Amino acid sequence: MTDYSVEPSLVRGRLTLEQIEELVVKPLDTKPDRKFWIAISISGSVLMVGVVCLLLTFYYGTGLWGNNEPVGWGFPIINFVFWVGIGHAGTLISAILYLLRQKWRTGIARFAEAMTIFAVICAGIFPVIHTGRPWLAGYLLPYPNQHGLWVNFTSPLVWDVFAVSTYLTVSFVFWYTGLIPDFATLRDRTTSKIKKTIYSIFSLGWRHSNRHWIHYEKAYALLAGFATPLVLSVHTIVSFDFAVSILPGWHTTIFPPYFVAGAIFSGFAMVSTVLIIVRKIFDLEHIITLDHLEKMNKVILATGMMVGLAYATEFFMSWYSGVPEEQFVFINRVFGPYMWAYWIMVSCNVIFPQLFWFKKIRRSIPVMMVIVILVNVGMWFERFVIIVTSLHRDFLPSSWGMYIPSLVDIGILAGSFGLFFTLVILFTKTLPVVSISEVKAVSDGGQPSNHGGNNYA
Amino acid sequence: MPDTKNIYGIAALFNKPDDIITAASKIADSGYTKWDVNTPYPVHGMDNAMKLKPSKLGFVTLFFGLSGTTIALLLMWYTLSVDYPLVIGGKPFFALPAFIPVTFELTVLLATVSTIVAMFAFFFGLPNNDHPINDTNYIKKVSVDHFGVIIEASDPKFSQTTVEQLLKSLNPVSIEVIYQKEKIRYPIFEKKFIMFLVVVAVIVSAGTYVTLDKLMFLLPFNWMMDQAKIIPQSRTELFQDERGMRAPVEGTVARGFLPYPFKGVDEPPEFLSNPLIPTKQNLELGKKKFLTFCSPCHGNFGDGDSRLRGQFPNPPSLHSERIRNFEDGHIYHVITNGKNVMPSYAAQIDCEERWAIVNYIRVLQRSKNASDKDLKMVSQETGTKDAN
Repeated sequence: MTDYSVEPSLVRGRLTLEQIEELVVKPLDTKPDRKFWIAISISGSVLMVGVVCLLLTFYYGTGLWGNNEPVGWGFPIINFVFWVGIGHAGTLISAILYLLRQKWRTGIARFAEAMTIFAVICAGIFPVIHTGRPWLAGYLLPYPNQHGLWVNFTSPLVWDVFAVSTYLTVSFVFWYTGLIPDFATLRDRTTSKIKKTIYSIFSLGWRHSNRHWIHYEKAYALLAGFATPLVLSVHTIVSFDFAVSILPGWHTTIFPPYFVAGAIFSGFAMVSTVLIIVRKIFDLEHIITLDHLEKMNKVILATGMMVGLAYATEFFMSWYSGVPEEQFVFINRVFGPYMWAYWIMVSCNVIFPQLFWFKKIRRSIPVMMVIVILVNVGMWFERFVIIVTSLHRDFLPSSWGMYIPSLVDIGILAGSFGLFFTLVILFTKTLPVVSISEVKAVSDGGQPSNHGGNNYA
Repeated sequence: MPDTKNIYGIAALFNKPDDIITAASKIADSGYTKWDVNTPYPVHGMDNAMKLKPSKLGFVTLFFGLSGTTIALLLMWYTLSVDYPLVIGGKPFFALPAFIPVTFELTVLLATVSTIVAMFAFFFGLPNNDHPINDTNYIKKVSVDHFGVIIEASDPKFSQTTVEQLLKSLNPVSIEVIYQKEKIRYPIFEKKFIMFLVVVAVIVSAGTYVTLDKLMFLLPFNWMMDQAKIIPQSRTELFQDERGMRAPVEGTVARGFLPYPFKGVDEPPEFLSNPLIPTKQNLELGKKKFLTFCSPCHGNFGDGDSRLRGQFPNPPSLHSERIRNFEDGHIYHVITNGKNVMPSYAAQIDCEERWAIVNYIRVLQRSKNASDKDLKMVSQETGTKDAN
């Protein structure tokens, strides 16, 4: 029998504190190799495709997109919800798992937080370009202006502005706070004068003083305490964009929990996708261990089933409501012209993650990689299904229509992935992808052993 | 031996978390107050060993969190209930449930950002890269995997020999004396350089101002007030008659403006008769139209007392014998066709309104030349003798 009451070591291979540090900062100390240049040129090219498509849109207008009269939201809002959702895993790992005292988070928290910030940056682009006049986005903020007008604080779209910008700011502050001790470590180990100046500026002169740590830990707990409801509120408010309307398929109270579960689901899948590659490339297998990935897969399995439950509940409610329009929308989703999208969504989000019930699959890197990529695809299609199938056929059959995305739409979506991966690649090469101080703190022998009647612990 | 005045403190390094806990509790017990422990990460139990009080940072969070709540609610109350009240979706002006999301977000934003800023700037006094500890061998070791303790020279109990003895008794890996740093002078903060920057700034801004405002004339952006479109009352080359406004196509009949068959005829035919009975409603309409179109020349009561101060020849009174004997059709004809200086009003007043004006003129005429019978009737109806 295996003793499950004893957690396995979080850091594998009995690394000393110094070895941990060496491992994490290696990518920062070495010159970019060929793999790095290949990766950055691919992601950079994809980013450029998106930039060109965006410039075309700004020049010719949003008519270049597939958005039309019944389906006014189209790709931009699908991508917005998708990317905001991706971001949620980072905050979940760094804040909620912190509050739950899940020490295994230390190995992946930094990376997940960075991904949160990059994903929210990608997400932020879409509502702004969807307005068609992105240069007027400043009107979304309440400031005294010459029009004498204020924003409508009762509108979910304005809630979005507040939620997403707060989320980006707080995520960034959280991330930077965690980085400061690491900046100090980098400052103290570097021999290059330029690097030392840069790290000194960002470390703010941190001295690892225990009189500081006591406040620092308090602040970290407070931030985690605030980030937890914040992350739940952000996707709740995103779901209000839909739920507050009266459209069949959108007007439902299950949306907030359903969206939050879906966000965590897709976010974990994206974190896994990137971590599997990064731990391999940067030899971080001892710090981001297979145990980490297995735990993430368990979360993916659990949230995937929550999402499946939400799909089923939606069907039950549409039948139980007795509203013909509501029932039609759901039948149309499953058997209508967009049934391919629906079945991609169900198979990727509900059926394939069930394979994670098997321990062998949870711990097999290639199978895991396939499944998490499928989950990413499935969650993108979930937003596609929610937006397109509800909008394209609603109450009035004479106003029905079809939505076909244009090449420019697809280019902008690809560009957002390009932006995300470019930022991720730059991050891996410029900052420690694992929190050095946190991993040191949870490594074997990192904490006092409390022997000899020492009652200070 | 260097000058003791220059000593910042004496530091000792340990390489096991257990050792630093023991060292910290011993130093705390020996009564030092100005000392610190430096560890690469927070070591469990160190706060108790150092006898530190719990952090009061939470109060900052609470204060600014509540400020965020208040600011958000006040802002939304002022903008949507006071400054520009607008009914949206049938909600009240102060729709608290719909204000919750923004209130929550602002609370979180202010609470978190203020906590971090207050902690680094006011609790720690960071950024401070000139601190004596920075850049020493001691901090470099601590940054990697050592645990250090430092007793500062500013401690009232500090004396170099006793402190060194105390630290040595704890079996450290090494002991290091840390000296005050000389103030580093940065070339960019030299007075000369700053003056140079100021001079450059002044020259550039003055030059820009003179060039843009005095030497060049830039047409200010006029917010599309001049546009290449034809507006009413303006001249244009587009049409042959060079008028911006267009007359309707010949033969156009507007609603309510049937063409008048007796246009230009002196006397109307006798069969042109009044189709309207003078009801109260009809007379009200006639009064309104008379006061609008006729009264400027004919006067409010048709006395021919123009209020145009003689800028036009005064029209005749409508109460003359001749006009009183006109048929209704004749008055109608004059309004429609014009007479002498009076132009045609066919374009402004439709035919129903013209007949209503005729009825109203009859009322004016009768009131100016009321018979006894009329006066009695008025007295009966109003119950007063004023009419007499």
